[in-house]
Amino acid sequence: MTGPAIETQSLRRRFGDKLAVADLSLTVDPGEVFGFLGPNGAGKTTSLKMLLGLIAPTSGSGRLMGVPIGERRARERVGFLPEHFRFQDWLTGRELLQFHGRLFGMSGTALEQRIEALLARVDLLDAAHQRVSTYSKGMTQRVGLAQALLHSPRLVFLDEPTSGLDPIGRRLVRDIIRELKADGVTVFLNSHLLSEVEQTCDRVVFVKQGRIVREMRLGSEAHGLELELRLGAVSEEAAIALAAMGSGAREEQGRWRLRLEGEAQVADVVRMLVARGVAVYGVRSSLPTLEQLFLEVLGDEVRPG
Amino acid sequence: MRDLITVLHLTWFEAMRRRILGAALLCGGAFLVLFGIGIHFIVREMHGDNAALLERRMVLNFITLAGMYAVNFLTVMSAVLLPVDTLSGEIESGVSQTLASKPIRRSSILLGKWLAYLTVVLGYLTLMGGGVALVSRLVAGFSLPGLGVGLPLMILEATILTSLSIAGGTRLSTVTNGVMAFGLYGLAFIGGWVEQVGAWSDNEAARHVGVAASLLIPSESMWQLAASQMQPALMREMHFSPFSPASVPSPAMVAWAAGYAVVLVLVAVRSYERRAL
Ligand SMILES: Nc1ncnc2c1ncn2[C@@H]1O[C@H](COP(=O)(O)OP(=O)(O)OP(=O)(O)O)[C@@H](O)[C@H]1O
Ligand SMILES: [Mg+2]
Repeated sequence: MTGPAIETQSLRRRFGDKLAVADLSLTVDPGEVFGFLGPNGAGKTTSLKMLLGLIAPTSGSGRLMGVPIGERRARERVGFLPEHFRFQDWLTGRELLQFHGRLFGMSGTALEQRIEALLARVDLLDAAHQRVSTYSKGMTQRVGLAQALLHSPRLVFLDEPTSGLDPIGRRLVRDIIRELKADGVTVFLNSHLLSEVEQTCDRVVFVKQGRIVREMRLGSEAHGLELELRLGAVSEEAAIALAAMGSGAREEQGRWRLRLEGEAQVADVVRMLVARGVAVYGVRSSLPTLEQLFLEVLGDEVRPG
Repeated sequence: MRDLITVLHLTWFEAMRRRILGAALLCGGAFLVLFGIGIHFIVREMHGDNAALLERRMVLNFITLAGMYAVNFLTVMSAVLLPVDTLSGEIESGVSQTLASKPIRRSSILLGKWLAYLTVVLGYLTLMGGGVALVSRLVAGFSLPGLGVGLPLMILEATILTSLSIAGGTRLSTVTNGVMAFGLYGLAFIGGWVEQVGAWSDNEAARHVGVAASLLIPSESMWQLAASQMQPALMREMHFSPFSPASVPSPAMVAWAAGYAVVLVLVAVRSYERRAL
Protein backbone atom coordinates (compact mmCIF):
# COMPACT_ATOMS: atom_id res chain seq x y z
CA MET A 1 0.00 0.00 0.00
CA THR A 2 1.20 3.46 -0.80
CA GLY A 3 0.10 6.76 0.60
CA PRO A 4 -0.90 7.57 4.15
CA ALA A 5 -3.14 5.32 6.23
CA ILE A 6 -5.11 8.30 7.48
CA GLU A 7 -5.26 11.72 5.97
CA THR A 8 -7.60 14.56 6.95
CA GLN A 9 -8.01 18.15 5.85
CA SER A 10 -9.66 20.64 8.18
CA LEU A 11 -12.22 18.29 9.64
CA ARG A 12 -14.76 20.19 11.67
CA ARG A 13 -17.80 19.10 13.61
CA ARG A 14 -20.34 21.21 15.37
CA PHE A 15 -23.08 19.99 17.73
CA GLY A 16 -25.59 22.82 17.86
CA ASP A 17 -23.49 25.80 18.89
CA LYS A 18 -20.84 23.60 20.48
CA LEU A 19 -17.73 23.17 18.39
CA ALA A 20 -16.48 19.68 19.23
CA VAL A 21 -13.75 19.54 16.57
CA ALA A 22 -12.51 22.83 15.17
CA ASP A 23 -9.96 22.04 12.52
CA LEU A 24 -8.29 18.68 12.35
CA SER A 25 -5.63 18.12 9.74
CA LEU A 26 -3.37 15.15 10.22
CA THR A 27 -1.53 12.43 8.39
CA VAL A 28 -0.74 9.01 9.78
CA ASP A 29 1.70 6.80 7.93
CA PRO A 30 1.11 3.10 7.32
CA GLY A 31 2.51 0.96 10.12
CA GLU A 32 2.64 3.82 12.56
CA VAL A 33 1.34 3.58 16.13
CA PHE A 34 -0.23 6.95 16.57
CA GLY A 35 -1.36 8.45 19.87
CA PHE A 36 -4.18 10.97 19.92
CA LEU A 37 -3.98 12.75 23.26
CA GLY A 38 -5.87 15.53 24.88
CA PRO A 39 -7.92 16.46 27.90
CA ASN A 40 -11.52 15.28 28.41
CA GLY A 41 -13.84 16.85 25.90
CA ALA A 42 -11.02 17.73 23.50
CA GLY A 43 -12.93 16.09 20.65
CA LYS A 44 -10.92 12.86 20.40
CA THR A 45 -13.87 10.50 20.20
CA THR A 46 -15.72 12.83 17.85
CA SER A 47 -12.70 12.93 15.53
CA LEU A 48 -12.44 9.17 15.52
CA LYS A 49 -16.16 8.78 14.79
CA MET A 50 -15.83 11.10 11.82
CA LEU A 51 -12.99 8.96 10.47
CA LEU A 52 -15.18 5.86 10.84
CA GLY A 53 -18.20 7.42 9.17
CA LEU A 54 -20.29 7.29 12.35
CA ILE A 55 -20.62 11.06 12.39
CA ALA A 56 -20.64 13.22 9.31
CA PRO A 57 -18.20 16.14 9.45
CA THR A 58 -19.72 19.62 9.33
CA SER A 59 -16.95 20.48 6.89
CA GLY A 60 -13.57 19.21 5.79
CA SER A 61 -12.57 15.89 4.28
CA GLY A 62 -10.50 12.83 4.95
CA ARG A 63 -9.36 9.50 3.56
CA LEU A 64 -8.61 6.11 5.07
CA MET A 65 -6.07 4.25 2.96
CA GLY A 66 -7.00 6.44 0.04
CA VAL A 67 -10.78 5.99 0.26
CA PRO A 68 -12.91 9.01 1.28
CA ILE A 69 -14.28 8.68 4.81
CA GLY A 70 -17.95 7.82 5.02
CA GLU A 71 -17.77 5.43 2.06
CA ARG A 72 -18.40 1.80 2.83
CA ARG A 73 -15.06 0.74 1.28
CA ALA A 74 -13.13 3.02 3.62
CA ARG A 75 -14.05 0.71 6.51
CA GLU A 76 -13.19 -2.53 4.74
CA ARG A 77 -9.76 -3.10 6.32
CA VAL A 78 -10.50 -1.17 9.49
CA GLY A 79 -11.09 -2.44 13.03
CA PHE A 80 -12.65 -0.39 15.82
CA LEU A 81 -12.96 -0.72 19.58
CA PRO A 82 -15.44 1.94 20.75
CA GLU A 83 -15.01 3.96 23.91
CA HIS A 84 -17.90 2.51 25.89
CA PHE A 85 -17.50 -0.96 24.35
CA ARG A 86 -21.11 -2.06 24.49
CA PHE A 87 -21.95 -5.10 22.38
CA GLN A 88 -24.93 -7.35 21.74
CA ASP A 89 -24.66 -8.76 25.24
CA TRP A 90 -27.36 -11.40 24.81
CA LEU A 91 -24.89 -13.29 22.61
CA THR A 92 -22.14 -15.48 23.97
CA GLY A 93 -18.58 -14.36 23.37
CA ARG A 94 -18.15 -16.84 20.53
CA GLU A 95 -21.48 -15.97 18.90
CA LEU A 96 -20.59 -12.30 19.09
CA LEU A 97 -17.40 -12.92 17.14
CA GLN A 98 -19.28 -15.11 14.64
CA PHE A 99 -21.81 -12.40 13.86
CA HIS A 100 -19.25 -9.64 13.67
CA GLY A 101 -17.07 -11.81 11.45
CA ARG A 102 -19.99 -12.22 9.07
CA LEU A 103 -20.45 -8.46 9.00
CA PHE A 104 -16.82 -8.25 7.91
CA GLY A 105 -17.71 -10.64 5.09
CA MET A 106 -15.99 -13.67 6.61
CA SER A 107 -17.44 -17.18 6.83
CA GLY A 108 -16.73 -20.89 7.10
CA THR A 109 -13.66 -22.49 8.61
CA ALA A 110 -11.51 -19.42 7.98
CA LEU A 111 -13.77 -17.50 10.36
CA GLU A 112 -13.98 -20.31 12.91
CA GLN A 113 -10.22 -20.71 13.03
CA ARG A 114 -9.70 -16.99 13.35
CA ILE A 115 -12.21 -16.83 16.20
CA GLU A 116 -10.51 -19.62 18.15
CA ALA A 117 -7.11 -18.01 17.67
CA LEU A 118 -8.34 -14.62 18.84
CA LEU A 119 -10.24 -16.06 21.82
CA ALA A 120 -7.00 -17.68 22.88
CA ARG A 121 -5.07 -14.48 22.25
CA VAL A 122 -7.32 -12.35 24.48
CA ASP A 123 -7.57 -15.15 27.03
CA LEU A 124 -11.31 -15.73 26.75
CA LEU A 125 -11.43 -19.38 25.65
CA ASP A 126 -12.85 -20.45 29.00
CA ALA A 127 -15.60 -17.82 28.89
CA ALA A 128 -16.43 -18.11 25.19
CA HIS A 129 -19.68 -19.99 25.86
CA GLN A 130 -20.94 -17.47 28.40
CA ARG A 131 -23.19 -14.58 27.50
CA VAL A 132 -21.41 -11.27 27.18
CA SER A 133 -23.88 -9.81 29.71
CA THR A 134 -22.16 -11.93 32.37
CA TYR A 135 -18.69 -10.63 31.47
CA SER A 136 -16.66 -8.32 33.67
CA LYS A 137 -15.67 -4.94 32.27
CA GLY A 138 -12.24 -6.22 31.35
CA MET A 139 -13.63 -9.32 29.63
CA THR A 140 -16.06 -7.21 27.61
CA GLN A 141 -13.22 -5.00 26.54
CA ARG A 142 -11.11 -7.98 25.52
CA VAL A 143 -13.90 -9.53 23.46
CA GLY A 144 -14.31 -6.08 21.89
CA LEU A 145 -10.65 -6.07 21.01
CA ALA A 146 -10.95 -9.52 19.42
CA GLN A 147 -13.96 -8.22 17.46
CA ALA A 148 -11.87 -5.36 16.09
CA LEU A 149 -9.14 -7.72 14.88
CA LEU A 150 -11.29 -10.46 13.32
CA HIS A 151 -10.65 -9.64 9.68
CA SER A 152 -6.92 -8.87 10.11
CA PRO A 153 -7.41 -5.14 9.56
CA ARG A 154 -4.68 -2.86 8.21
CA LEU A 155 -5.83 0.01 10.39
CA VAL A 156 -7.13 -0.28 13.95
CA PHE A 157 -8.86 2.45 15.96
CA LEU A 158 -8.77 1.98 19.71
CA ASP A 159 -10.67 4.48 21.86
CA GLU A 160 -9.37 4.14 25.42
CA PRO A 161 -8.59 0.43 25.01
CA THR A 162 -7.14 -0.01 28.49
CA SER A 163 -9.46 2.14 30.60
CA GLY A 164 -11.20 -0.81 32.28
CA LEU A 165 -8.29 -3.18 32.50
CA ASP A 166 -6.08 -4.34 35.34
CA PRO A 167 -2.28 -4.29 34.88
CA ILE A 168 -2.30 -7.78 33.35
CA GLY A 169 -5.00 -6.83 30.88
CA ARG A 170 -3.13 -3.63 30.06
CA ARG A 171 -0.01 -5.55 29.27
CA LEU A 172 -2.05 -7.83 27.01
CA VAL A 173 -3.30 -4.82 25.05
CA ARG A 174 0.21 -3.39 24.91
CA ASP A 175 1.55 -6.68 23.56
CA ILE A 176 -1.21 -6.90 20.98
CA ILE A 177 -0.44 -3.37 19.80
CA ARG A 178 3.23 -4.35 19.46
CA GLU A 179 2.26 -7.43 17.44
CA LEU A 180 0.08 -5.32 15.19
CA LYS A 181 2.95 -2.94 14.67
CA ALA A 182 5.27 -5.83 13.84
CA ASP A 183 2.75 -6.90 11.19
CA GLY A 184 2.78 -3.41 9.73
CA VAL A 185 -0.71 -2.54 10.94
CA THR A 186 -1.47 1.11 11.60
CA VAL A 187 -2.83 1.79 15.08
CA PHE A 188 -4.72 4.92 16.06
CA LEU A 189 -4.89 5.13 19.83
CA ASN A 190 -6.97 7.44 22.03
CA SER A 191 -5.83 7.25 25.60
CA HIS A 192 -5.42 9.11 28.84
CA LEU A 193 -3.05 6.55 30.28
CA LEU A 194 0.10 8.33 29.22
CA SER A 195 2.48 5.71 30.53
CA GLU A 196 0.73 3.23 28.20
CA VAL A 197 0.96 5.59 25.27
CA GLU A 198 4.60 6.16 26.05
CA GLN A 199 5.33 2.47 25.83
CA THR A 200 3.50 1.84 22.58
CA CYS A 201 3.28 4.93 20.39
CA ASP A 202 5.74 6.11 17.76
CA ARG A 203 4.22 9.55 17.52
CA VAL A 204 1.64 11.52 19.42
CA VAL A 205 -0.32 14.68 18.89
CA PHE A 206 -1.91 16.76 21.60
CA VAL A 207 -5.35 18.12 20.76
CA LYS A 208 -7.34 20.82 22.41
CA GLN A 209 -10.84 21.74 21.24
CA GLY A 210 -10.27 19.69 18.15
CA ARG A 211 -7.09 21.44 17.13
CA ILE A 212 -3.63 19.94 17.14
CA VAL A 213 -1.52 22.05 19.47
CA ARG A 214 1.65 19.97 19.43
CA GLU A 215 3.02 16.95 17.67
CA MET A 216 5.97 14.91 18.85
CA ARG A 217 7.86 11.76 18.05
CA LEU A 218 8.47 9.56 21.08
CA GLY A 219 11.53 7.64 22.15
CA SER A 220 13.91 10.27 20.80
CA GLU A 221 15.89 12.85 22.71
CA ALA A 222 14.13 15.60 20.82
CA HIS A 223 12.56 16.83 24.01
CA GLY A 224 15.78 16.76 26.01
CA LEU A 225 16.93 14.66 28.91
CA GLU A 226 15.81 14.91 32.50
CA LEU A 227 18.97 14.76 34.69
CA GLU A 228 18.89 13.91 38.39
CA LEU A 229 22.03 14.37 40.52
CA ARG A 230 22.84 13.40 44.08
CA LEU A 231 25.55 15.81 45.22
CA GLY A 232 27.60 16.76 48.25
CA ALA A 233 27.84 20.42 49.32
CA VAL A 234 27.31 22.70 46.32
CA SER A 235 28.92 26.12 46.39
CA GLU A 236 26.99 29.08 45.11
CA GLU A 237 29.37 29.42 42.19
CA ALA A 238 28.92 25.75 41.27
CA ALA A 239 25.13 26.10 41.50
CA ILE A 240 25.16 29.02 39.09
CA ALA A 241 27.41 27.16 36.65
CA LEU A 242 25.12 24.12 36.87
CA ALA A 243 21.99 26.16 36.18
CA ALA A 244 23.68 27.67 33.14
CA MET A 245 24.26 24.24 31.57
CA GLY A 246 20.58 23.33 31.21
CA SER A 247 17.13 24.59 31.88
CA GLY A 248 14.83 24.46 34.89
CA ALA A 249 17.55 23.65 37.44
CA ARG A 250 16.13 23.11 40.91
CA GLU A 251 16.99 21.37 44.17
CA GLU A 252 14.50 19.13 45.91
CA GLN A 253 15.44 17.21 49.06
CA GLY A 254 19.13 17.12 48.28
CA ARG A 255 18.58 16.09 44.66
CA TRP A 256 19.32 18.41 41.81
CA ARG A 257 17.32 18.24 38.62
CA LEU A 258 17.71 19.95 35.30
CA ARG A 259 16.71 19.48 31.67
CA LEU A 260 19.61 18.94 29.22
CA GLU A 261 19.57 18.91 25.45
CA GLY A 262 21.17 15.49 25.05
CA GLU A 263 23.36 12.74 26.42
CA ALA A 264 26.64 14.41 25.48
CA GLN A 265 25.96 17.11 28.02
CA VAL A 266 25.77 14.67 30.94
CA ALA A 267 29.54 14.12 30.86
CA ASP A 268 30.11 17.89 30.66
CA VAL A 269 28.02 18.48 33.74
CA VAL A 270 29.84 15.83 35.78
CA ARG A 271 33.24 17.12 34.65
CA MET A 272 32.30 20.66 35.61
CA LEU A 273 31.09 19.60 39.07
CA VAL A 274 34.19 17.54 39.80
CA ALA A 275 36.43 20.39 38.66
CA ARG A 276 34.66 22.66 41.16
CA GLY A 277 35.20 20.18 43.97
CA VAL A 278 31.59 19.03 44.28
CA ALA A 279 31.19 15.43 45.39
CA VAL A 280 29.02 13.51 42.88
CA TYR A 281 27.26 10.54 44.54
CA GLY A 282 24.76 9.67 41.88
CA VAL A 283 23.78 10.58 38.31
CA ARG A 284 20.59 9.49 36.57
CA SER A 285 19.34 10.66 33.25
CA SER A 286 15.96 9.83 31.76
CA LEU A 287 13.69 10.98 28.95
CA PRO A 288 11.02 13.30 30.30
CA THR A 289 7.78 11.38 30.86
CA LEU A 290 4.86 11.99 28.56
CA GLU A 291 2.91 13.16 31.54
CA GLN A 292 5.48 15.90 32.15
CA LEU A 293 5.24 16.88 28.49
CA PHE A 294 1.43 16.68 28.51
CA LEU A 295 1.21 19.07 31.43
CA GLU A 296 3.85 21.32 29.89
CA VAL A 297 1.94 21.51 26.59
CA LEU A 298 -1.65 21.55 27.83
CA GLY A 299 -1.28 22.08 31.52
CA ASP A 300 -1.79 25.76 32.25
CA GLU A 301 -5.08 26.55 30.60
CA VAL A 302 -6.68 23.16 30.92
CA ARG A 303 -9.23 22.55 33.58
CA PRO A 304 -10.72 19.10 34.08
CA GLY A 305 -13.40 18.92 31.33
CA MET B 1 -27.79 -8.01 0.49
CA ARG B 2 -25.59 -10.43 2.36
CA ASP B 3 -25.17 -7.92 5.17
CA LEU B 4 -28.89 -7.35 5.29
CA ILE B 5 -29.42 -11.07 5.78
CA THR B 6 -26.80 -11.20 8.53
CA VAL B 7 -28.58 -8.38 10.38
CA LEU B 8 -31.90 -10.14 9.78
CA HIS B 9 -30.55 -13.32 11.37
CA LEU B 10 -29.03 -11.39 14.24
CA THR B 11 -32.36 -9.68 14.96
CA TRP B 12 -34.39 -12.89 14.78
CA PHE B 13 -31.86 -14.50 17.06
CA GLU B 14 -32.23 -11.61 19.48
CA ALA B 15 -36.02 -11.95 19.50
CA MET B 16 -35.58 -15.62 20.29
CA ARG B 17 -32.89 -15.18 22.93
CA ARG B 18 -34.82 -12.51 24.71
CA ARG B 19 -37.83 -14.85 24.73
CA ILE B 20 -39.92 -12.31 22.83
CA LEU B 21 -41.08 -14.95 20.37
CA GLY B 22 -41.80 -17.45 23.10
CA ALA B 23 -43.87 -14.97 25.10
CA ALA B 24 -45.85 -13.92 22.02
CA LEU B 25 -46.62 -17.51 21.04
CA LEU B 26 -47.61 -18.43 24.57
CA CYS B 27 -50.03 -15.50 24.90
CA GLY B 28 -51.35 -16.14 21.41
CA GLY B 29 -51.93 -19.82 22.14
CA ALA B 30 -53.72 -19.00 25.39
CA PHE B 31 -55.93 -16.53 23.56
CA LEU B 32 -56.90 -19.08 20.91
CA VAL B 33 -57.78 -21.66 23.54
CA LEU B 34 -59.96 -19.15 25.39
CA PHE B 35 -61.61 -18.12 22.17
CA GLY B 36 -62.33 -21.75 21.35
CA ILE B 37 -63.87 -22.39 24.76
CA GLY B 38 -65.99 -19.24 24.48
CA ILE B 39 -67.34 -20.03 21.06
CA HIS B 40 -67.99 -23.62 22.12
CA PHE B 41 -70.35 -22.49 24.88
CA ILE B 42 -72.08 -19.97 22.62
CA VAL B 43 -72.76 -22.69 20.05
CA ARG B 44 -74.18 -24.94 22.78
CA GLU B 45 -76.43 -22.18 24.02
CA MET B 46 -77.74 -21.48 20.53
CA HIS B 47 -78.52 -25.16 19.97
CA GLY B 48 -80.71 -25.04 23.04
CA ASP B 49 -82.45 -21.89 21.77
CA ASN B 50 -83.22 -23.41 18.41
CA ALA B 51 -82.15 -20.13 16.89
CA ALA B 52 -82.93 -19.42 13.24
CA LEU B 53 -80.18 -20.31 10.81
CA LEU B 54 -79.65 -16.75 9.65
CA GLU B 55 -79.51 -15.36 13.15
CA ARG B 56 -77.09 -18.11 14.12
CA ARG B 57 -74.77 -17.25 11.27
CA MET B 58 -74.84 -13.57 12.13
CA VAL B 59 -74.01 -14.21 15.77
CA LEU B 60 -71.14 -16.53 14.83
CA ASN B 61 -69.88 -14.02 12.31
CA PHE B 62 -70.00 -11.32 14.96
CA ILE B 63 -68.17 -13.48 17.50
CA THR B 64 -65.49 -14.47 15.00
CA LEU B 65 -65.05 -10.84 14.01
CA ALA B 66 -64.71 -9.95 17.66
CA GLY B 67 -61.95 -12.56 17.84
CA MET B 68 -60.34 -10.95 14.82
CA TYR B 69 -60.63 -7.58 16.50
CA ALA B 70 -58.73 -8.91 19.50
CA VAL B 71 -56.07 -10.30 17.12
CA ASN B 72 -55.95 -6.89 15.47
CA PHE B 73 -55.38 -5.25 18.82
CA LEU B 74 -52.65 -7.71 19.84
CA THR B 75 -50.98 -7.23 16.46
CA VAL B 76 -51.08 -3.44 16.78
CA MET B 77 -49.41 -3.72 20.18
CA SER B 78 -46.72 -6.09 18.89
CA ALA B 79 -46.10 -4.08 15.74
CA VAL B 80 -45.37 -0.98 17.80
CA LEU B 81 -43.71 -2.53 20.85
CA LEU B 82 -41.47 -5.26 19.39
CA PRO B 83 -39.26 -2.94 17.32
CA VAL B 84 -39.72 0.14 19.50
CA ASP B 85 -36.23 0.04 21.04
CA THR B 86 -34.27 -1.89 18.44
CA LEU B 87 -32.72 1.27 17.03
CA SER B 88 -33.07 3.81 19.84
CA GLY B 89 -31.84 1.31 22.43
CA GLU B 90 -28.74 0.46 20.41
CA ILE B 91 -28.05 4.09 19.64
CA GLU B 92 -28.29 5.02 23.32
CA SER B 93 -26.06 2.19 24.51
CA GLY B 94 -23.53 2.56 21.70
CA VAL B 95 -24.07 -0.94 20.28
CA SER B 96 -24.99 0.69 16.97
CA GLN B 97 -21.42 2.01 16.69
CA THR B 98 -20.05 -1.49 16.49
CA LEU B 99 -22.52 -2.30 13.70
CA ALA B 100 -22.26 0.90 11.70
CA SER B 101 -18.44 0.92 11.78
CA LYS B 102 -18.42 -2.37 9.88
CA PRO B 103 -17.95 -2.27 6.10
CA ILE B 104 -21.69 -2.41 5.51
CA ARG B 105 -24.29 0.14 4.50
CA ARG B 106 -26.50 1.62 7.15
CA SER B 107 -29.47 0.84 4.95
CA SER B 108 -28.59 -2.87 5.35
CA ILE B 109 -28.79 -2.50 9.13
CA LEU B 110 -32.08 -0.68 9.01
CA LEU B 111 -33.74 -2.87 6.40
CA GLY B 112 -32.44 -6.05 8.06
CA LYS B 113 -34.04 -5.05 11.34
CA TRP B 114 -37.23 -3.88 9.64
CA LEU B 115 -37.58 -7.14 7.74
CA ALA B 116 -36.88 -9.19 10.86
CA TYR B 117 -39.58 -7.51 12.92
CA LEU B 118 -42.00 -7.34 10.03
CA THR B 119 -41.77 -11.09 9.46
CA VAL B 120 -42.23 -11.75 13.16
CA VAL B 121 -45.27 -9.46 13.40
CA LEU B 122 -46.84 -10.74 10.19
CA GLY B 123 -46.14 -14.33 11.17
CA TYR B 124 -47.87 -13.67 14.46
CA LEU B 125 -50.82 -12.01 12.75
CA THR B 126 -51.22 -14.83 10.23
CA LEU B 127 -51.01 -17.48 12.92
CA MET B 128 -53.48 -15.73 15.18
CA GLY B 129 -55.88 -14.53 12.48
CA GLY B 130 -55.78 -17.90 10.78
CA GLY B 131 -56.10 -19.49 14.22
CA VAL B 132 -59.29 -17.59 15.04
CA ALA B 133 -60.84 -18.50 11.68
CA LEU B 134 -59.79 -22.12 12.13
CA VAL B 135 -61.08 -22.41 15.69
CA SER B 136 -64.40 -20.92 14.63
CA ARG B 137 -64.64 -23.44 11.84
CA LEU B 138 -63.63 -26.45 13.89
CA VAL B 139 -65.70 -25.63 16.95
CA ALA B 140 -68.73 -23.98 15.40
CA GLY B 141 -68.54 -25.12 11.80
CA PHE B 142 -68.55 -21.49 10.68
CA SER B 143 -66.27 -20.22 7.90
CA LEU B 144 -65.51 -16.55 8.07
CA PRO B 145 -66.23 -14.92 4.71
CA GLY B 146 -63.75 -12.58 3.04
CA LEU B 147 -60.72 -13.79 5.00
CA GLY B 148 -58.67 -13.68 1.78
CA VAL B 149 -59.25 -9.92 1.56
CA GLY B 150 -59.45 -9.13 5.26
CA LEU B 151 -56.17 -10.70 6.31
CA PRO B 152 -54.06 -8.90 3.66
CA LEU B 153 -55.62 -5.61 4.78
CA MET B 154 -54.66 -6.37 8.38
CA ILE B 155 -51.18 -7.24 7.13
CA LEU B 156 -50.97 -3.82 5.52
CA GLU B 157 -52.03 -2.21 8.79
CA ALA B 158 -49.36 -4.13 10.74
CA THR B 159 -46.76 -3.19 8.13
CA ILE B 160 -47.56 0.50 8.56
CA LEU B 161 -47.25 0.34 12.35
CA THR B 162 -44.03 -1.73 12.31
CA SER B 163 -42.49 0.72 9.85
CA LEU B 164 -43.68 3.66 11.93
CA SER B 165 -42.04 2.24 15.05
CA ILE B 166 -38.78 1.57 13.17
CA ALA B 167 -38.77 5.02 11.57
CA GLY B 168 -39.38 6.71 14.92
CA GLY B 169 -36.52 4.75 16.47
CA THR B 170 -34.00 6.37 14.16
CA ARG B 171 -34.51 9.75 15.85
CA LEU B 172 -36.54 9.39 19.03
CA SER B 173 -35.77 7.83 22.38
CA THR B 174 -37.52 4.56 23.13
CA VAL B 175 -40.20 6.08 25.35
CA THR B 176 -40.91 9.02 23.05
CA ASN B 177 -41.15 6.66 20.11
CA GLY B 178 -43.67 4.43 21.87
CA VAL B 179 -45.76 7.38 23.02
CA MET B 180 -45.69 8.85 19.54
CA ALA B 181 -46.65 5.64 17.72
CA PHE B 182 -49.52 4.86 20.08
CA GLY B 183 -50.56 8.51 20.00
CA LEU B 184 -50.88 8.38 16.23
CA TYR B 185 -52.70 5.07 16.44
CA GLY B 186 -55.11 6.56 18.99
CA LEU B 187 -55.66 9.52 16.71
CA ALA B 188 -56.65 7.24 13.85
CA PHE B 189 -58.88 5.23 16.17
CA ILE B 190 -60.78 8.28 17.44
CA GLY B 191 -60.79 9.69 13.91
CA GLY B 192 -62.52 6.50 12.76
CA TRP B 193 -65.29 6.95 15.30
CA VAL B 194 -65.73 10.62 14.52
CA GLU B 195 -66.15 9.57 10.91
CA GLN B 196 -68.84 7.03 11.83
CA VAL B 197 -70.75 9.47 13.94
CA GLY B 198 -70.45 11.99 11.15
CA ALA B 199 -71.83 9.48 8.64
CA TRP B 200 -74.71 8.55 10.90
CA SER B 201 -75.70 12.07 11.72
CA ASP B 202 -75.00 13.34 8.22
CA ASN B 203 -72.42 15.74 9.60
CA GLU B 204 -70.04 16.44 6.72
CA ALA B 205 -67.50 18.27 8.88
CA ALA B 206 -67.14 15.32 11.27
CA ARG B 207 -66.70 12.97 8.33
CA HIS B 208 -63.93 15.12 6.93
CA VAL B 209 -62.14 15.17 10.28
CA GLY B 210 -62.27 11.38 10.32
CA VAL B 211 -60.95 11.07 6.79
CA ALA B 212 -58.16 13.51 7.56
CA ALA B 213 -57.12 11.40 10.57
CA SER B 214 -57.11 8.29 8.38
CA LEU B 215 -54.95 10.04 5.82
CA LEU B 216 -52.53 11.07 8.55
CA ILE B 217 -52.17 7.47 9.69
CA PRO B 218 -54.17 4.96 7.66
CA SER B 219 -53.82 2.00 10.06
CA GLU B 220 -57.26 1.90 11.68
CA SER B 221 -59.05 2.40 8.37
CA MET B 222 -57.38 -0.78 7.07
CA TRP B 223 -58.93 -2.69 9.96
CA GLN B 224 -62.36 -1.16 9.29
CA LEU B 225 -62.11 -2.12 5.67
CA ALA B 226 -60.97 -5.63 6.61
CA ALA B 227 -63.85 -6.03 9.07
CA SER B 228 -66.40 -4.90 6.52
CA GLN B 229 -65.05 -7.44 4.06
CA MET B 230 -65.24 -10.30 6.54
CA GLN B 231 -69.05 -10.35 6.74
CA PRO B 232 -71.88 -10.99 4.30
CA ALA B 233 -73.32 -7.98 2.45
CA LEU B 234 -76.60 -8.23 4.33
CA MET B 235 -74.94 -7.88 7.69
CA ARG B 236 -72.80 -5.04 6.41
CA GLU B 237 -75.88 -3.10 5.27
CA MET B 238 -77.63 -3.52 8.59
CA HIS B 239 -74.94 -1.58 10.48
CA PHE B 240 -75.88 -3.53 13.55
CA SER B 241 -72.42 -3.95 15.04
CA PRO B 242 -69.32 -1.79 15.44
CA PHE B 243 -67.78 -3.96 12.72
CA SER B 244 -70.41 -2.85 10.21
CA PRO B 245 -69.73 0.85 10.06
CA ALA B 246 -71.88 3.39 8.29
CA SER B 247 -68.87 4.79 6.46
CA VAL B 248 -66.42 2.33 4.95
CA PRO B 249 -63.01 3.57 3.79
CA SER B 250 -62.72 3.73 0.03
CA PRO B 251 -60.41 1.43 -1.96
CA ALA B 252 -58.29 4.49 -2.71
CA MET B 253 -57.40 4.44 0.96
CA VAL B 254 -55.70 1.06 0.40
CA ALA B 255 -53.43 2.58 -2.23
CA TRP B 256 -52.73 5.46 0.12
CA ALA B 257 -51.87 3.05 2.94
CA ALA B 258 -49.52 1.01 0.75
CA GLY B 259 -47.77 4.14 -0.46
CA TYR B 260 -47.63 5.35 3.14
CA ALA B 261 -45.77 2.21 4.25
CA VAL B 262 -43.26 2.50 1.42
CA VAL B 263 -42.59 6.17 2.18
CA LEU B 264 -42.18 5.39 5.89
CA VAL B 265 -39.47 2.82 5.13
CA LEU B 266 -37.67 5.19 2.77
CA VAL B 267 -37.81 7.98 5.35
CA ALA B 268 -36.48 5.57 8.00
CA VAL B 269 -33.51 4.57 5.82
CA ARG B 270 -32.64 8.16 5.04
CA SER B 271 -33.02 9.30 8.61
CA TYR B 272 -30.80 6.49 9.93
CA GLU B 273 -28.18 7.06 7.26
CA ARG B 274 -27.81 10.69 8.27
CA ARG B 275 -27.82 10.20 11.98
CA ALA B 276 -24.78 10.78 14.19
CA LEU B 277 -24.12 7.54 16.08
N1 LIG C 1 -23.65 13.82 20.22
C1 LIG C 1 -23.22 14.95 20.79
N2 LIG C 1 -24.05 15.99 20.96
C2 LIG C 1 -23.63 17.13 21.53
N3 LIG C 1 -22.38 17.35 21.96
C3 LIG C 1 -21.49 16.36 21.81
C4 LIG C 1 -21.85 15.12 21.22
N4 LIG C 1 -20.77 14.32 21.20
C5 LIG C 1 -19.78 15.04 21.76
N5 LIG C 1 -20.20 16.27 22.12
C6 LIG C 1 -19.39 17.34 22.74
O1 LIG C 1 -18.22 17.48 21.98
C7 LIG C 1 -17.09 17.66 22.82
C8 LIG C 1 -16.04 16.64 22.49
O2 LIG C 1 -16.48 15.36 22.89
P1 LIG C 1 -15.62 14.04 22.67
O3 LIG C 1 -16.42 12.91 23.18
O4 LIG C 1 -15.17 13.99 21.28
O5 LIG C 1 -14.38 14.32 23.64
P2 LIG C 1 -13.18 13.34 24.03
O6 LIG C 1 -11.93 14.05 23.66
O7 LIG C 1 -13.36 11.99 23.45
O8 LIG C 1 -13.33 13.30 25.60
P3 LIG C 1 -12.97 12.12 26.64
O9 LIG C 1 -11.52 12.14 26.83
O10 LIG C 1 -13.69 12.53 27.88
O11 LIG C 1 -13.48 10.84 26.07
C9 LIG C 1 -17.59 17.58 24.24
O12 LIG C 1 -17.71 18.87 24.74
C10 LIG C 1 -18.94 16.93 24.13
O13 LIG C 1 -19.80 17.45 25.09
MG1 LIG D 1 -13.60 10.09 24.24
